[in-house]
Formats: sequence, structure tokens, C-alpha cells
Amino acid sequence: MNGATALPRRSFGETMRADIWWLQPLFVFLGLSTFIVYSTWAAFQGKNYFLGNYVSPFYSPELFGDSPHSWFGPRPGWWPYWLIFSPALFVLWAPAGFRVTCYYYRGAYYKAFWADPPACTVGEPRKSYWGERSFPLIMQNVHRYFLYLALFFLIVLSIDVWKALWFRDGFGIGVGTIVLAINVVLLGGYTFGCHSLRHLVGGFLDQFSRSPPCYRAYACVSCFNRRHMLWAWLSLFWVGFADLYVRLCAMGIWRDFRLV
Amino acid sequence: MSTATFKIWRGNSQNGEFRDYTTETAEGMVVLDAVIQIQATQARDLACRWNCKAGKCGSCSAEVNGMPKLMCMTRLSELPLEKPVTVEPMKAFPVIKDLVTDVSWNFRVKKKIKPFKPRPPDAPDGTWRMQQEDIDRVQEFRKCIECFLCQDVCHVLRDHQMYEKFIGPRFLIHVAALEMHPLDTQDRIEELRNTQGIGYCNITKCCTKVCPESIQITDNGIIPLKERVVDEFYDPLGWFWKGLKRLLNR
Ligand code: SF4
Ligand code: SF4
Ligand code: FES
Ligand code: FES
Repeated sequence: MNGATALPRRSFGETMRADIWWLQPLFVFLGLSTFIVYSTWAAFQGKNYFLGNYVSPFYSPELFGDSPHSWFGPRPGWWPYWLIFSPALFVLWAPAGFRVTCYYYRGAYYKAFWADPPACTVGEPRKSYWGERSFPLIMQNVHRYFLYLALFFLIVLSIDVWKALWFRDGFGIGVGTIVLAINVVLLGGYTFGCHSLRHLVGGFLDQFSRSPPCYRAYACVSCFNRRHMLWAWLSLFWVGFADLYVRLCAMGIWRDFRLV
Repeated sequence: MSTATFKIWRGNSQNGEFRDYTTETAEGMVVLDAVIQIQATQARDLACRWNCKAGKCGSCSAEVNGMPKLMCMTRLSELPLEKPVTVEPMKAFPVIKDLVTDVSWNFRVKKKIKPFKPRPPDAPDGTWRMQQEDIDRVQEFRKCIECFLCQDVCHVLRDHQMYEKFIGPRFLIHVAALEMHPLDTQDRIEELRNTQGIGYCNITKCCTKVCPESIQITDNGIIPLKERVVDEFYDPLGWFWKGLKRLLNR
């Protein structure tokens, strides 16, 4: 920049802010860390992930596995015997990739985990900065591909809710059915508010009036998008809880109540 | 009558310091009122810029208690007055004197952006026809008053000082307003990625947080532009799909 220099750069954590600026990044850090630790632990368990017609969303679709929900039968022969096996490992990378590359989470974890910046107008720890312009963060541009996978998962999880309505003695509704159904609703709210989806269904246009269906779809996604952060947190919490619910019921610690 | 203390930054481009001023306060007062009062009664040489006192001219930008704000729109009742209120010039721009900064870099950046280039007129009298739904999106960006608070808070400029590589949120929404305009025919995606550095924005949304016009800079401006950059540079499946459509339409 020409002319005189701006005031000197501030050191890490330095700010004139008078409020508790570190509270929000701290909550984000704790919330995401808790989820990462729990989901990793749950994914490696490889057991207690189903109970009759219920299956944990971390393990669905179950491509290979020993439960009746498995699509292609038990653990495949080609899986190295020394490598830990869990049906979740085949699928969990997709929703994880979707969240990691989500525009909302990106902004949130750059702040909470990487202090880039720690909070608005608070000094940063590093001098160098690459942003999302070069490797590795340029890879975030893959987000729309994870969106396609997430839309497929949404269908699979909806089928799981349908299955959760059919018990051995016929139609019914248990607390587990409701837990899995809320999960799909919240994940739906999150996925349908995705920025990439907003662009793909109509945001790419400059003249909405030429394509009324695209405009309607754009308006609909925009509506979810306005609360994307809220949907992101609610669905994150609930998907973890849905796994915990099925797990504790399968372990016999909780009992699933039949409502109907 | 109650009083409040203001720690105001006094200095020039070379050096400066905070000085304390205690002044009387009244109901409904904003920070700019207090600063003008201090200027009138205690510090005649205190430099500050203002024009409209109505949050519309964008000239009274400063940092109040560490956050970029329009002084004329920051009520004293929103601030904890038991402690001194700090008032500083914007950090991202060179200080001229006291609270006045040199924001001319912004005007130089603006000049480099490809201007509006409309399609040929729709009617013989040289006018165009547009639908409201086509123009709604860009109207949001046109609310900008060029206060440059978003430029000031953006860490890419403020902390990393990438003035040569990144145009900042204000001009990203300026590009968005042109790029999404239903009449515009210019393509700005390549420079958006290359010289204008949209990839440096890491969507941490501080710009949106400070915008006095409540423009959803990140969600409605920057992210949609990032998606357009993805279309052009990072989406092989999309290129294939578009190629296929072109082939079928032939
Ligand atoms: S969202 Fe992007 S443009 Fe806005 S302040 Fe953050 S880095 Fe800067
Ligand atoms: S976008 Fe908002 S904060 Fe940025 S210059 Fe315009 S009015 Fe000011
Ligand atoms: S932007 Fe959050 S899911 Fe796509
Ligand atoms: S004096 Fe015009 S915006 Fe504050």
C-alpha cells in the first residue's frame, strides 16, 4: 500500500476488545472435539450398532458387516486380517468429508482450531498465510462432490427410518424410530441449506425469471441456508445422539420403549 | 449528569498514544457525539471525519472497544461505561491524524475491477427490461455505503497485509453485484481467482459481522462467487455436464 504504514501488527491474542471474545471459539472447539472423539471411538467399535430394525446412522449404509442390515454380506475375504474391521469405516468418510468441507464449518474451525483469526480483530499466531488459495486448503473446493454423496446418504437414512417402523410383530413406533426420524429431518435441514446446493439449483443463474423452477428451488434452499449454522450444530449433535441411543439399547443399558 | 471516560488514540502516521478524556453523557448519545463534544471542549485539534451522523455516508468509521464501528451509530447505552471506552482509527489503513485514516487504497482497487457492461438495449428507445426477482440479489450489495469497516476487520488485510493480492470483502461484493447483474455481460471469474485473490478469504465472516448495512457479505456475496470459481476451475464433472448439454443443444 502506498503512503504511511498502518498501525503495527498485533501479537497473538492481542486485542482491544472488551468482551469475552474467546468464548465462542472455545465452544466451537469443545463441541467439535467432543464429536470427533466420540464418532472416532464409535466408528472403531464395530459392534453394538444395531438393534433389531434400528441401525446407527454412523454405520449406514452398512456395505459389509454381520448385521441383517448389511448390503453385500459379511466382512469381505480380501480385507487384511491384521487390519481393524468396522462397517462404519466404509461409509463414515463421506459425511465426515461433507462436514469438513462445509463452508460454515470451515470458517468455524479455522477460527477455533487454527486461530486464523482466533476471533474478529484478535491478533494471530502466524505471520504467513495461504488461505484457501493453495494446497492443502484449495482441496475444500471439492465440497459439491461430497454434497452429492450426502444427498445419497439422506435417501439411505430415510429408508432406515422406514425400516425402523417395522418390528418383528409388524408396524410400530418406538422411541428409536423417532430418534432416527429426527436425525433425518435435521440432516435434511442441514444438507438442503448447503451453499453448493444453493448455487447448483439456481444460484449460478443471473436471470432467475428465465427459469422459474430453478428460482423456486433457489428460494427454498436459501430459506434453509439462512440458518445453516443452526442446522449444522443440531444435526451434528443429533447424529451422535442417534448412534449413542442405538448403541446403549444394543448394549442393554437403555431399553427402547414401544410407543405404538 | 453522568460522565464517561474515552481513551482516544492521538497521533499521526509515525507515532501516537491513547489519551483519556472524561466528558458528560446524556441519554441517546452516540460515540460520535462524545468525540465531537471532546473536540469542542477539551481537544480542539482532535481529527475525526464525519458527515451525515445517520449511518449513511460511511465516513465516521473507527474502532470502538476494539471492534470496527460507525461512531455515529454506536450508542453509549450499548457500551460498558464503567470502564473507559477506547476509540482508535481503523487498523488496516494508514493513519493521517488521530481518528482519520487514508482509505485511498480502496479507490485504487475499485478502478481495477472490470466495469458494468450491459447487453444491447431491449427496447428501441435504448432501455432495458428486468424482473424484480432478477435484481433482488444485487440490490442487497448496492446498500453498501463504503465505510470500509469490512476491509478493516478482514484479517487478510488487517493482519496479513495482502493489499496487493486480495481486494477485500467490500470489493468482492462489488464484483458480486456486477457479476450477478441480469444485464451484465462481462466475465470476471478469472481475475477473481487470480489477481483479486478470492481464495484468500477463509469465510470466517468477520466482515459480515461488522457491516452496518447488514449485508450478508459472506453468505450471499463471497461464497456464491467462490462457487462460480469452482464451476470454472475445479469441477470436472460440471464441465462434462455442460459440454454434454451444449452437444445436445446443437
Ligand atoms: S469472511 Fe473472508 S473477506 Fe470476510 S473478513 Fe473473513 S476472510 Fe475477510
Ligand atoms: S460492505 Fe458493509 S462494511 Fe463493507 S464497506 Fe459496504 S457497508 Fe461498509
Ligand atoms: S455449505 Fe455447509 S453443507 Fe455445504
Ligand atoms: S457520519 Fe455518516 S456514517 Fe457516520
